[in-house]
Amino acid sequence: MAKEQLAYDEFMKGLWRENPVFVQVLGLCPLLAVTNSAINGLAMGLASFFVLLGSSILVSLFKSYIPKQVRISCFIIIIATFVTVVDYTLAAALPVIHKELGAFIPLIVANCLILGRMEAFASRNTLRMSVADAFGMGAGFLFALVSLGAVREILGVGELFGIALFGANFEPWVIMILPPGGFITLGVMLLYFNWLEEKKNKIDKQLATEDGVN
Amino acid sequence: MSEDKVEQAAVADEPSPARLIGTLAIAGLVSGVIIIAIYLATFETIKENKARELREAVFRVLPNVSKMQKLLLKEGKLEVSYKEEKGEEPIYAGYDDNNTFMGYAIPSDGPGFADTISVLYGYRPSDRKVIGMWILASRETPGLGDKIYKDAAFVANFDDLAIEPPIVATKRGKSKPNEIDAITGATISSVAVARIINKGNDYWVSRLPEPGAEPAYVEVETPPEAEDAQAQ
Repeated sequence: MAKEQLAYDEFMKGLWRENPVFVQVLGLCPLLAVTNSAINGLAMGLASFFVLLGSSILVSLFKSYIPKQVRISCFIIIIATFVTVVDYTLAAALPVIHKELGAFIPLIVANCLILGRMEAFASRNTLRMSVADAFGMGAGFLFALVSLGAVREILGVGELFGIALFGANFEPWVIMILPPGGFITLGVMLLYFNWLEEKKNKIDKQLATEDGVN
Repeated sequence: MSEDKVEQAAVADEPSPARLIGTLAIAGLVSGVIIIAIYLATFETIKENKARELREAVFRVLPNVSKMQKLLLKEGKLEVSYKEEKGEEPIYAGYDDNNTFMGYAIPSDGPGFADTISVLYGYRPSDRKVIGMWILASRETPGLGDKIYKDAAFVANFDDLAIEPPIVATKRGKSKPNEIDAITGATISSVAVARIINKGNDYWVSRLPEPGAEPAYVEVETPPEAEDAQAQ
């Protein structure tokens, strides 16, 4: 029971409390580049999720065999192998999406979020915890990509996952699917997450003082 | 403990260079095997995807065409080709159900607003007209420059377009047979498409055979792979 609770905690940590994008502000290059539509965000999120999960499992399994002097090279070899698998699989199965994402699939190799999780978590924790961590961080990244993509697509094109939402009178806010729109949306979302954090801290403080009085 | 001894203890903990190299070598080897396996497993599908994409583009720029074949310029003469050749510059001939020649699909590219634009356009030599245009690849601005393929009205500019004098993109409404309407807010992209097609015409029109002397459609009886194997 306690173990399950811990694993659940690791998962929620990545998805929400320490969300890789909205709290840690990592992996912004693919985030800003591919989120001009929800479907692109979803594809990129799933690709990164798969790479992160696969690499976490392998790094966690082999952590005691990898000497620390060559660990970064080993992590990168593992990550690059998964990325190549994703790249070829997407090109074969979903050529249209593969073309849209272009160079950003190979660039997952250099995503600091993934190498960061290997170095900070998978290489120091059990397989079970590493899988929970990868699930959480992967889901958190996926959540950030899809929500950013959805907001930008709705405002910038008037569609969501390619389905028109508004009537013909809707004038799309083109800037939202251009690079500035990515920065604006990300900025607003970071603001929201910081506001949540501040509110939570205030409540915690209040509770603490009340406890003190009682 | 003297400094010497501390150093020695540290060295004893260090893995030997052979172990370090061995670890990396094994990781590299396993990774290599997996990468080659996935490459081989997806190779055929990716090739088919690319071929289908090209076929669809050719059928799009040449109306009423149901068959196509690749043509290469060899010593000034257009020849039917099945093989992939390094650095080849092919054009494609389209034929209808009765194997009647309908037109050429000509690829051409050049700089756009953001990056290189690759265009495939249909050309009918009998009346020297462009009869269709399709963008194969571009990185033009979403919402503005990408109208060169998303805006049906702009694409329709190329359905019946004279090539002499060279194609001109105009903002004042087209009035001549060689003019196209530029997209408002994407003038550079529109002009680029016109320029890219003109560039293709400059090179190809003088090199094409006389109208009526186009290469006939060759029914392939043996698949090209089998032919290659026999030749070897």
